[in-house]
Amino acid sequence: MSSLYGIVAEFTTAEDLLYAAEAAREAGYRKMDAYSPFPVHGISEVLDFDDARLPWLVFIMGAAGCATGFVLQVWTAVFNYPWNIGGKPLFSWPDFIPIAYESTILFAAFTAGLGMLLLNGLPRFYHPIFNTPRFERATSDLFFLCIEVRDAKFDREETAHFLHTHGAHIVSEVEK
Amino acid sequence: MADTLIPSNNNHTVDPAVAGLIEGDQTYETVSERLASIVLRQDRHGLPWWLLILIGFGGVNVLGMVVVKLLFTGVGIFGNNMPVSWGWPIINFVWWIGIGHAGTLISAFLLLMRQGWRASINRLAEAMTIFAVSCAGIFPALHTGRPWVDYWLFPYPNILAMWPQWRSPLLWDVFAVTVYALVSILFWFVGLIPDLATLRDRAENQYAKLVYGIACLGWRGSAEHWQRYENASIMLAGLATPLVVSVESIIALDFTIGIVPGWHATIFPPYFFAGALYAGFSMVIMLAIPLRKWYHLEDYITPKHIDWCAKLMLVTGLVVLYGYIMECCYAYLSGDRYEISMMHYRQFGPYWAAYWLLILFSCVLPQMLWIPKIRHNNAALYFLAIMVSIGMWLEKFIVVVVSLTHDYLPSSWGYFTNTFWDVAMYAGTIGQFILLFFLFVRFLPVINISEVREIVLRTSRPFRRNHASSTNSDSVTEPAGITSEPVE
Repeated sequence: MSSLYGIVAEFTTAEDLLYAAEAAREAGYRKMDAYSPFPVHGISEVLDFDDARLPWLVFIMGAAGCATGFVLQVWTAVFNYPWNIGGKPLFSWPDFIPIAYESTILFAAFTAGLGMLLLNGLPRFYHPIFNTPRFERATSDLFFLCIEVRDAKFDREETAHFLHTHGAHIVSEVEK
Repeated sequence: MADTLIPSNNNHTVDPAVAGLIEGDQTYETVSERLASIVLRQDRHGLPWWLLILIGFGGVNVLGMVVVKLLFTGVGIFGNNMPVSWGWPIINFVWWIGIGHAGTLISAFLLLMRQGWRASINRLAEAMTIFAVSCAGIFPALHTGRPWVDYWLFPYPNILAMWPQWRSPLLWDVFAVTVYALVSILFWFVGLIPDLATLRDRAENQYAKLVYGIACLGWRGSAEHWQRYENASIMLAGLATPLVVSVESIIALDFTIGIVPGWHATIFPPYFFAGALYAGFSMVIMLAIPLRKWYHLEDYITPKHIDWCAKLMLVTGLVVLYGYIMECCYAYLSGDRYEISMMHYRQFGPYWAAYWLLILFSCVLPQMLWIPKIRHNNAALYFLAIMVSIGMWLEKFIVVVVSLTHDYLPSSWGYFTNTFWDVAMYAGTIGQFILLFFLFVRFLPVINISEVREIVLRTSRPFRRNHASSTNSDSVTEPAGITSEPVE
């Protein structure tokens, strides 16, 4: 029992997956995850999953990028290496905007891309869900719903039966 | 066992937003199979692929020879000389960067606008962007004179105790193009992750499985991951869109901030940006038309995609035409004798042929795109796309060369002639582009598979069976779309 990861149900359409996930949620299951070949809209609401950290991280890092770009220019042009160019003031801030703008985008974009991977826990080359039969088709045409052992309501027979009666096409137990 | 229950789209009405974006009886499985097989079934690459790789490889070798010659001799091998110190290298740089811009517009801006038709062409457009930027970057890097110290362009604490000159648009260029290249690669890679996972799962060759498995970072399509993934994609698109506008605008500032007649005009940044998109859409058309034919992608890149690209080309072309008209008005109505003289010199001076060919190629001929028949005729469209590309190159030639040969002082006037090496290097980068692009076609999915699956979902009527009565067996065999009821 300890080596069991969860019970995985296979579906052939996104609608079936959504329906079963909704039903499972109503039945009181909480520790679930769905696997699909494309984003299924509405599933994160059903699974009660909403991570708002990423946009905030992007905003903060974008602001940090802007500050980095601007401060770098001001510090080098005004303090570290003051040099009269064409009689322009040392602190000619409008000229510093383009590079501050570019560094804002650089920091924000890499936070969005790498932050997404980091929060998703990727790269992760092994995951118990890969032991599911026919899971290689989760990236082509099949949809999976996994109710995990750590769910309080998890019961080997009952959960399997529940998934069977809610449109699951194949239900399998998946080892860690 | 049924592979899928998504019905075909023949016998019911379809969401008008996605109608015509995908043809034939398509299911998730057929989409995955047909798009992944371009990579996984090596026999799908025939003679055209080998010929193009050969041309591309030849081009890269030419480019290598030019670079060696340049490093040993110096920039004197190019036609760059006083008064034209910015010759072909800068023309080609601006031209290539511009081509990249349409790719970002298709992938980022159309994502923000929720345009479903981007799904089939965004991958190849983004690839085009990255490869075009890689070609563009070679030119300014090599024409600095001493390319081995190009790292001086970046701010780092060094023993010279010097910092870059922040007030110069040339330095802004370095930052804009570097950030553009990095963000484009990131955006492209993020878009590739789910498709790399598809390739991992479908590959039969163990080595291919391993390579794609590592490249997809262990993607498993979890709902939690998809939510952050979509979030990140939207944010990347929202960041890439203003970025792409800034890149060509900053390149335009390289010219505008100079007081050379013909350069010192506020219209330059938007006019350069429109010109960039114009050249870029023509390149998308030039790539998409042969690809869909050679790889039988007519079901995914439909006449509708081509038609819309052609319309966008026409729109950006009209903006460019407006720019030319504004330039004439700006010069002739300015009362400034140097500006008037410059415009007159462009139109009737020794480079008159370049100017009028530009007007013919980029302003007159593309008006044929108003006619739907022309837009649906691939040969005609291909011809127009080539004309637009040449026209946009001529535009850069006129901006760079003609202004510099006709400055304020007659004593500094001159005539520009290019050398063999200018042409060789340009041809070499075209070869590099072709080589990179067709290597991409062979080893990475040329169409975004996971997004096309969403189009399949949207073109099929959403339905839900009556689950209360269904059991394990009948949920599979029930004919789709007959007893079902719409969800929406």
